[in-house]
Amino acid sequence: MTDAARTFAMEAMFGTGRDEMVAHVPHAVRLGIKVVELGRCFATLRLPWSDDLVGDPVRGVVFGGVITTLLDQASGIAVQCALPEFMTIATLDLRIDYLRAAEPGHDLVARAECYKLTNTVAFVRGSAWDRDSGDPFASMLATFMLVGPLRPDAWQQAIARGEQALAGRSES
Amino acid sequence: MKAVDAVAFIPYARLLGVRLEETASGLICVMPFRSDLVGNVVLPAVHGGVVGAFLELTALLQLVEIAGEERVARPINFSIDYLRSAGPRDTHGRAEIVKHGRRIANVRVVAWQDDPDKPVAAGIGNFLL
Repeated sequence: MTDAARTFAMEAMFGTGRDEMVAHVPHAVRLGIKVVELGRCFATLRLPWSDDLVGDPVRGVVFGGVITTLLDQASGIAVQCALPEFMTIATLDLRIDYLRAAEPGHDLVARAECYKLTNTVAFVRGSAWDRDSGDPFASMLATFMLVGPLRPDAWQQAIARGEQALAGRSES
Repeated sequence: MKAVDAVAFIPYARLLGVRLEETASGLICVMPFRSDLVGNVVLPAVHGGVVGAFLELTALLQLVEIAGEERVARPINFSIDYLRSAGPRDTHGRAEIVKHGRRIANVRVVAWQDDPDKPVAAGIGNFLL
């Protein structure tokens, strides 16, 4: 099937700043992850710099696992952006290469692309950078299980809960 | 520096709320459940990235404990297999140093919740010492 003829569950949400895609994820809200751009089969997310994220206090470098979280989140959304309907998905495996240290004080940006779908598995690749997408500090490969259809009401409830969490956060 | 000092010293370990238990069979990392660690509110389940970060932290703390190094080792790569959904419960982790070379250490980690024989995730990584 050609790309143009395929249907995409999230087509209406493609574009920049669609934060409802992370607002229902409590840990993404905790870290302040924002959507930069969503499109067919890909997602780009930004994690604002915070001193809480440091793993190596001597060098002031962000903890590697934070980059895992950002790339895992971007990957999950990229898979939803590739599917014809929303599905419950689960990370099967994820591997990160740390190409260099992320620069202290810079926001972290990650882009993930779902480059292959089968009936049961989604294959994703991604990278993360601070200044320039052409100079990434991490690259990633991941696979996701497509567990089953996601009931629309479950999705709506999840987004509603995320919105409540966001509201609670802005009040505090 | 011992691992217990490193936990207090690493901001992200504090953000995750990780603490250490010294047992007869070695060091165990514990990440008490908190609602802001959740990634999937429908299940609910701890965020896969948090589970991955916890595995990597467990590996790093084991290296600190063994080597007593002043500097934190730098990860070169890390690979995570997700075996079960991590539910709204405390997560435990244990690391095994497969090889501790002059420059590189290879570390294997496993994480579980209620039953050590039913791991939720396993990881393996290379670290530059």
